[in-house]
Amino acid sequence: MLSTFILAVSEAARSLLANKLRSFLTVLGIIIGVAAVIALLALGRGAQKIITENIESLGTNLLFVAAGNPQREVQLSVPPITLQDAYALRDPVLAPSIQYVAPTLQRSVRARAGNKSHITTLVATTPEYTIVRKYGLLEGQFFTQEHLLSQASVAVIGPDLAKILFGRDTDVVGERLFIANRPFRVIGVLEYRGSGGFGQNLDDRVVIPLSTAYARLYPQDRGKVDVLLVSAVSPDHIESAKEEIRQILRLRRRLRPGQEDDFVIFTQQQFLQIFRSITGVLTVFLGGIAGISLLVGGIGIMNIMLVSVTERTREIGLRKALGARKRDIRIQFLVESVTLSLVGGLMGILVGWGIAKGVELIAARFDTDLPAVVTLQAVLLATLFSAAVGVFFGFYPANRAANLEPVEALRYE
Amino acid sequence: MNQTRNDQPVIEARELVKIYTLGRDVQVPALRGVSFRIYPGEAVAIMGPSGSGKSTLMHILGCLDKPTSGEYYLDGQKVSEMNDDQLAYVRNRKIGFVFQAFNLLPRLTALENVALPLRYAGQWRGIHRRAREMLERVGLGERLHHRPNELSGGQQQRVAIARALVNNPAIILADEPTGNLDTKTGQEILDLLLQLNREQGVTLVVVTHDPEVAQRMSRILLLRDGLLVGEQAGQR
Repeated sequence: MLSTFILAVSEAARSLLANKLRSFLTVLGIIIGVAAVIALLALGRGAQKIITENIESLGTNLLFVAAGNPQREVQLSVPPITLQDAYALRDPVLAPSIQYVAPTLQRSVRARAGNKSHITTLVATTPEYTIVRKYGLLEGQFFTQEHLLSQASVAVIGPDLAKILFGRDTDVVGERLFIANRPFRVIGVLEYRGSGGFGQNLDDRVVIPLSTAYARLYPQDRGKVDVLLVSAVSPDHIESAKEEIRQILRLRRRLRPGQEDDFVIFTQQQFLQIFRSITGVLTVFLGGIAGISLLVGGIGIMNIMLVSVTERTREIGLRKALGARKRDIRIQFLVESVTLSLVGGLMGILVGWGIAKGVELIAARFDTDLPAVVTLQAVLLATLFSAAVGVFFGFYPANRAANLEPVEALRYE
Repeated sequence: MNQTRNDQPVIEARELVKIYTLGRDVQVPALRGVSFRIYPGEAVAIMGPSGSGKSTLMHILGCLDKPTSGEYYLDGQKVSEMNDDQLAYVRNRKIGFVFQAFNLLPRLTALENVALPLRYAGQWRGIHRRAREMLERVGLGERLHHRPNELSGGQQQRVAIARALVNNPAIILADEPTGNLDTKTGQEILDLLLQLNREQGVTLVVVTHDPEVAQRMSRILLLRDGLLVGEQAGQR
């Protein structure tokens, strides 16, 4: 049986090679379809990997708390989260699952140094911020509790901002810059983090003590907080931390039982889930494209196989005269169509892989990290599908060949 | 090695009728009741002008077509009641075809062409050795790996004869085997077929319109307008 098969394959290869150009044009549809899918999947996987890593690098035990009701479209006079709320969440008795709380105020501001000026993101927070966001520093130090208590005019800046303002990302500690026209002294530079996964640039920002922001920049917002960054004691405590935050905030905001929350708690897991569902939709979409292109490719194969059956009518008649059964003829033509589609599929995998690698290299030249991740799963799937296309679209021509009457076939000119 | 006539016949045709239906209601009788017997070891010519029904008869004898009515026994087996797979088996094991146009597969070498019936017989081991033996027997031991387009007409027909012999068939059915060859080469091919008939005892049935070819057989069946109109002894 195995030798039958090997022989059928070698004979199919021979007859396909006898018509190289035609065979190539026939499988071109399959090649293009498979290549497109492999390339898109590889790049999609790469992007997914990068973004997932980014989100995870922010800390998987991180929670975000903000005022507002996600169920309502219009936010009617929702009281803001306050600094007092942040202190309350630090209570180790009421909130044992919570490790650190970093209250943050986020604003868009103009930063200026010398004659350079740039609109950037200002984050006013407490020293816990580096811990919950897992920030490291390229140089200098983060501000301390003393800076916070003394309302010091010190700033830690992101490396991209440093490059924009000072033309370099190191050796900027001690430089002066103006934030909303107030003078600040640079005491540290954050390490590179790239994008946070949702379009924000984590490297273009300036971080200052929260007390300084209240005192010098936003006195009207004193005591208010935009987002609380909360870290759970471990990733396993995310859900209990979420529940503790909820209970404490409901109490502090005097919500009656049955009343909806007027604040939201987001976890990194939820971000990941949203992101995964988006990429899931994309994958289905790609699958659709793959299906259509394989369908078109398959019809091409069927067409050429029908032509081939007609051309080889005499050969089929002769084979029948020599003792070939219907099944022998059917297998011969099926093996031929599957060989066609499989070779097309394999070439498509190579071409798609090449395209993805090419895009990766081009992206790398523009300083974008977009690795081409060709998974074994994608390769197996492409191979399997192209083989299935060969069987499906080869079946009708093969049957037609098998059912030819030997006399008619031998007489055919 | 000629076998005796009291054997059972290798071919027995009883009242074979074949009617082709062309379009609507137009019926063309190609055979109108043909009966004869051929015994093992015979060399029989079926001769007639074109349109006499000899091609139709040849197709029925070769199990490529079924008669409209009548019975056909090949090697004791009733062919007219067989299904497709059984017919394929009979064509493979009992019949060796030699065609006017040689009908070799152009992409296969001489050796592979000869081995093809062995493959359809489900054999794998030693088939190339067997195919080589056959090619040597027809005098083509030097041309094993040539493709048909690298061989002369006579050589191609020798390959076809080797292919016909490879499964030790009960009969060799040759349809105008010299039709595409010049006189001298045609004679050589006939010599080869008759030599195989004489020395190996292969039953030979040659369908032809050429009296010179027919005369070299041991018996001649004359076919005209779908009927057997006479029988004569040949020179052999």
